[in-house]
Amino acid sequence: MAVESQKAQPTIAHDRASLLMAKRIRGVIRSALIHASLIPAAFVFMVPFLWMLSTSLKPDVQFYSYPPVLIPSPLQWSNYPDAVTYITFFLYLRNTITIAVLATIGVLISSSLVAYSLARIPWPGRNFLFILTVATLMLPFQVTMIPLFIVFKNLDWVNSWLPLIVPHWFGGALYIFLLRQFFMTIPMELSEAARIDGAHELKIYYSIILPLSKPALATVAIFEFIARWRDYIGPLIYLSDQKLYVLSLGIYEYRSQYGAEWGLLMAASVLITLPIILLFFFLQKTFVQGITLTGIKG
Amino acid sequence: MAIALSSVTVERASDSGKLGGSPVQYPRRRWSQGTRHTINGLLFASPWIIGLLVFWIYPTLASAYYSFTKYNGVMNPQWIGLDNYLDLFTDDDDFRAAIYNTVYFAVVSIPLAIICAFGLALMLNAKIRGQVIYRTIYFLPTLVPEVALALVWVFIFTPRIGLIETPFRFLGVRGPCWLTCAQWAKPTLVLLALWIIGQQIILYLAGLQDVPQDLYDAADVDGANFLSKFRNVTVPILTPVIFFHLVTSIIGALNFFAIPYIMTGGTGFPANTTLFYSIYLYKNAFQYLTMGYASAMAWLLFMFTLIVTLIIFRSARLWVFYAGGEE
Repeated sequence: MAVESQKAQPTIAHDRASLLMAKRIRGVIRSALIHASLIPAAFVFMVPFLWMLSTSLKPDVQFYSYPPVLIPSPLQWSNYPDAVTYITFFLYLRNTITIAVLATIGVLISSSLVAYSLARIPWPGRNFLFILTVATLMLPFQVTMIPLFIVFKNLDWVNSWLPLIVPHWFGGALYIFLLRQFFMTIPMELSEAARIDGAHELKIYYSIILPLSKPALATVAIFEFIARWRDYIGPLIYLSDQKLYVLSLGIYEYRSQYGAEWGLLMAASVLITLPIILLFFFLQKTFVQGITLTGIKG
Repeated sequence: MAIALSSVTVERASDSGKLGGSPVQYPRRRWSQGTRHTINGLLFASPWIIGLLVFWIYPTLASAYYSFTKYNGVMNPQWIGLDNYLDLFTDDDDFRAAIYNTVYFAVVSIPLAIICAFGLALMLNAKIRGQVIYRTIYFLPTLVPEVALALVWVFIFTPRIGLIETPFRFLGVRGPCWLTCAQWAKPTLVLLALWIIGQQIILYLAGLQDVPQDLYDAADVDGANFLSKFRNVTVPILTPVIFFHLVTSIIGALNFFAIPYIMTGGTGFPANTTLFYSIYLYKNAFQYLTMGYASAMAWLLFMFTLIVTLIIFRSARLWVFYAGGEE
């Protein structure tokens, strides 16, 4: 018996080794196949941005050359200074930042207060308010678009930034939802203890809940800032005075009835996109958390 | 899912309510604890209560009223009963075109988006190197402002000379006419919409990473192969994400506005094939100033969205799987 087992041992070990080997080879092939489909996909996804970047550094004559030129030589950097002077780029930039910052501050303060009420204060009717909040997420913006325009017109706010900023000071449904979910994960005992110590709700809100919710607040701030930065239909409806324009409207001015200044247009597009991409790179974790928080838990 | 899930979260809310309602001794007692909570709750929620009334509830009701009137935004609305609705359904070819285009876009692009996002997420989840880099790249187009994205697409998809022509030139054939002719304009937009699925990829990926490993182990013990593990473990666990994607993308397709509007200036060129519901509604409201008519369109859209989402929520019972049997 002992002899038999001794004989068997090497073959089992051998089998195991070859099995492992086969498994490893299978793994390598599998990941090679996966990369072979992920890489072309990545290329396709990068095309719009790469082509934007490439065109922004090209002289006119190379726009449509065949075969296409990805890295132009020489690089026509002058498209950038030309782009920011062809239209009043810095004015539009300042307008965009002003609106985005004011709206973001407003949405942060109001949404966190409301979310605090829904998550941390037990009062009758808060569930009803929460359901209403979720319901507004389903309401197409077109339904409220016209009456809101009339309201703002009667207030004499049309052709000002107010319609693009003020509503955000009254809370955003998605952010209230997101922050409420986050606030509920903070142990209630913290609030209880603070209440026993005589702390007022406002104090619990800003000295306990807000400091513990920095990641969620950062997510809200980034999402709102980017949403306002990219916003198109709002400025389209409300802004007609060119001095008030934001970048998403101003960028149109590179187009004329004879075509477009593609080099300048692409340079401006790169300038508009870059801040968002930088934000994304530095705050990727916050982004991904935010998306999964709104999606999966929503 | 929002409603289904909200019931869960509401339950949780009431749980915490019980917690909060446990007898707590306050140092000063001007009001009972319940009254105090109600006052504080209302005060903290007051911005949103006002916001709901002013920016959501009033406009929704006003929009319903306008839909029964002739209204140009300047003169007083004039009651005309159901005329707007009747005109829409009997006497408006553009409206019919807009519905057809929107439904076409939704029906073709949503399944494609689900398949692509799910497929890419599956491959990303295979514990490969560079996962974060791939994820970042797939997410990139969703960061580009729509205006810039739409314009760069117009540039790339210029027939005969744009970048897109490269493979066709290489093969020595002529590429399609893309956005400039009636039979290609909509398929091109469907194709372009596939570029902006980065958020969905992240959602599916997060869902996949939540799949408990022991389910796969159990399947392995049962001798399940890759395909049956995919069908019986992966897909069921991800149905809530698919469900969320379905609902949000239907709402997104019905609101599809900025990209085609920027590309065509809202003309619906070529031959009304890119005239989507939201664009036609916007034009009625702010270009033709037929705001009553546009309000009727908005309410029809609202009703349609409501019915479709209700149907999907109802159907969710049949195909959406919730771990732990909470639902």
